Amino acid sequence: MSAHAVLAALAALAFPLAPSTAAQELVVRGRVVYTMAGPPIQNGVVWIRDGKIVAVGPAADIELPSGLETLSAAVVTPGLVDAHSVVGLAGWQNLPHVSDQLENSAPIQPELDARDAYNPRELLIGWLRGFGVTTIHTGHAPGALVAGQTLIAKTRGDTVEEALIVPHAMVAATLGPGALRDDAPGTRSKAVALLRAELIRARAYDAKRAGDEPPDRDLRLETLARVLRRELPLLVTVHRSHDIQTALRLAREFELELVLDGAAECYLLLDEIAAAGVPVLLHPTMARANGETENLAMDTALTLATAQIPFALQSGYEPYVPKTRVVLFEAAIACAWGLPFERALASITIDAARILGIDARLGSLEVGKDGDVALFDGDPFETTNHCIGVVIEGEVVSREVR
Amino acid sequence: MQITALLAVLALFPAYALQAASPGAPQTRPSTPIAFVGARLVPIEGPPIENGVLVVREGLIARIGPLDSTPIPAGAIVRDVAGLTILPGLVDTHSHIGGGGAGDRSAPIQPEVRILDSINPLSPSFQRAQAGGITTANVMPGSGHLLSGQTLYLKLRDGRTIDDLLIRTSEGTIAGGIKMANGTNSRRDPPFPGTRAKSAALVRQRFVEAQAYVQKLANGDEPERDLGLEALAEVLSRKRVVHHHTHRHDDILTVLRLAEEFGFRVVLHHVSDGWKVAREIAAADVPCSIIVVDSPGGKLEARDVSFSTGKALEDAGVRVAFHTDDWITDSRLFLRCAALGVRAGMSRDKALAAVTLEAARMLDLDDRIGSLRVGKDADFVLLDGDPLSVYTRVRETWIEGVRVFDRSADEDRLWANGGFGAGDERPPVCCFDSATSTR
Repeated sequence: MSAHAVLAALAALAFPLAPSTAAQELVVRGRVVYTMAGPPIQNGVVWIRDGKIVAVGPAADIELPSGLETLSAAVVTPGLVDAHSVVGLAGWQNLPHVSDQLENSAPIQPELDARDAYNPRELLIGWLRGFGVTTIHTGHAPGALVAGQTLIAKTRGDTVEEALIVPHAMVAATLGPGALRDDAPGTRSKAVALLRAELIRARAYDAKRAGDEPPDRDLRLETLARVLRRELPLLVTVHRSHDIQTALRLAREFELELVLDGAAECYLLLDEIAAAGVPVLLHPTMARANGETENLAMDTALTLATAQIPFALQSGYEPYVPKTRVVLFEAAIACAWGLPFERALASITIDAARILGIDARLGSLEVGKDGDVALFDGDPFETTNHCIGVVIEGEVVSREVR
Repeated sequence: MQITALLAVLALFPAYALQAASPGAPQTRPSTPIAFVGARLVPIEGPPIENGVLVVREGLIARIGPLDSTPIPAGAIVRDVAGLTILPGLVDTHSHIGGGGAGDRSAPIQPEVRILDSINPLSPSFQRAQAGGITTANVMPGSGHLLSGQTLYLKLRDGRTIDDLLIRTSEGTIAGGIKMANGTNSRRDPPFPGTRAKSAALVRQRFVEAQAYVQKLANGDEPERDLGLEALAEVLSRKRVVHHHTHRHDDILTVLRLAEEFGFRVVLHHVSDGWKVAREIAAADVPCSIIVVDSPGGKLEARDVSFSTGKALEDAGVRVAFHTDDWITDSRLFLRCAALGVRAGMSRDKALAAVTLEAARMLDLDDRIGSLRVGKDADFVLLDGDPLSVYTRVRETWIEGVRVFDRSADEDRLWANGGFGAGDERPPVCCFDSATSTR
């Protein structure tokens, strides 16, 4: 965005250029405020103090002290939640020294901790933040039978610890062709056999650890034991209908908390997925239709919404250009392909937060929740409109017109 | 277009029922005029016409104008399209639909190789492009070579063979350009170059050889035929346009330097750093076909790719087109590229011209396509709203007076939305029974 456009936008919106002296308080006004916890509020106000929302409602109902820093926009939403990304482990380049999203030395490595690879200063985190994304679920990528763990972070912070909100979120797995290797597993069946054997080992290990003569610690089995205890969901990237069935079968056998990821052909298994009570982190709406995703549909989000299956949208993993997708745009296309506006917005705010288990803290604009807010100069999904401001826990982290 | 779409056409247009397309068969141009009445016409050349009339006949645009002053020919089939918007068919200056390639790993410069010999005309990627409103595409080999081969300008007719899609020039030759690249993609192990300077040196050496070949021909010598040098001779004589992949600012200037040195015509493609050297591009009077992707990166030279490249080039007076680079971006979302350009400050008029008339110019086809003008090919799209709105869908795509995409037909909607079976090759013959298929 040119400096000219930025200045024009700043003038039009009366953004105060000077930072607030008392940075603990911030007011965000919107001609429409989508709280995602009730109907949209016309001429609404969000009041943030010490990082948390202390009041939200129609401007007429909220008495604000004078002198608070105030941002204003046509449309105000909760900070956006990217339900699944690899940004921070995967850098903006496609070069080995910034590609930590996938370790290929063994097919099953749940012990890999995403914290140990997350770069909070990665350029693409700032790129996402500029489009209103304030929370990302990121970590080890699709492409190994069990690739490693994921984490949840705010899109700010100079250190991993500053950024983190959930250090261990899920364990990322892949079924279908994406999990196969030159050696083993080389077939779908072999992959499942390996995974079942490892889960059975982990169950035995967990039982012994609780016993009188606990075995030495084994980080791999320890992590899988947490999956078996349903402390960590198993995030299974899977696209073909028969591979989705395999994921459901595994989850039943081991009573796992399953989260389906990608799920290009999930529209063929709506009854089964609904019966299993499994949520879907749906592939990006604009994901490429080829290989195992060749049958993906741009209206699958609508299909899932209609079937009342919980789902959220994600930016996914891109090995080339664009190096990351942006959930704002993916939701926009889902909306354009029939998903009702507020459902589309929910899929990148409160519904995503629910599936990630962080909805008590964020995902909607409610008193007591994090002061994470995105500001837009019109319908956020309209391609020609802009994100004009982003707030994380009461701190203005972007004033760019993007 | 498949069986039910065909039936819909038959029902609507009995007058040329027997001429209507069957799946996979080349089409004849319907002789009965069709009048599209009541739409907002965006001719690109000239201001929009509210409540307009567009008459097509024999595959060409016969009349265009406001309803109150544009007579509808007697006997014309009349389509009431009030509430819709009609744009010229979209022209994609850089696409990889059809799954074709050209050069192999044997050499970095392969002008003798034609993508013509490798395209699968039944690839569903053609249907997806039709669903996006694209009627003409420059289908190119990849960027892993300094010169990867000859490109094809294709009409996305419902074809059965590659010949059904070709465009013939006024001289009878097959329309197409040549694909070149610099920067990192074409740097590989030998015999490919390892540095930028070596890349340019290899290109320069080959063009020098082509100059000598041309000179021998001019002298009346009879050099042994060399298919590669023949193709480069067409480049040197400015008949065949170079479509040049280039990202980084200095690589862009290298292309301009080579183009000036050898006098070839060039379109710069991608041009990620174009905003840094917009003045130099403008001074060279070289057009740019740019890509818009949702984030920077993916490779070093795409770090600074920006939504605002279109605006920067427009401001500098450079002629701009967008392209899908399908599969990099999806042909069904081509208009979104123009909208992202506007998001970053490009004018709406230039952004729409950048997917139509300016694109046609870059393919030397602006006398036939790219705008709604009497005498031009009847290539157009019916939209249900503002062309730059995310909520607007392509309702129908027409090429040379024949509807090739109809969103209201189940089979065409499969290409438009995706779904089970959308990844399959298009069935080429009539015996496919859609009623019993898994679709």
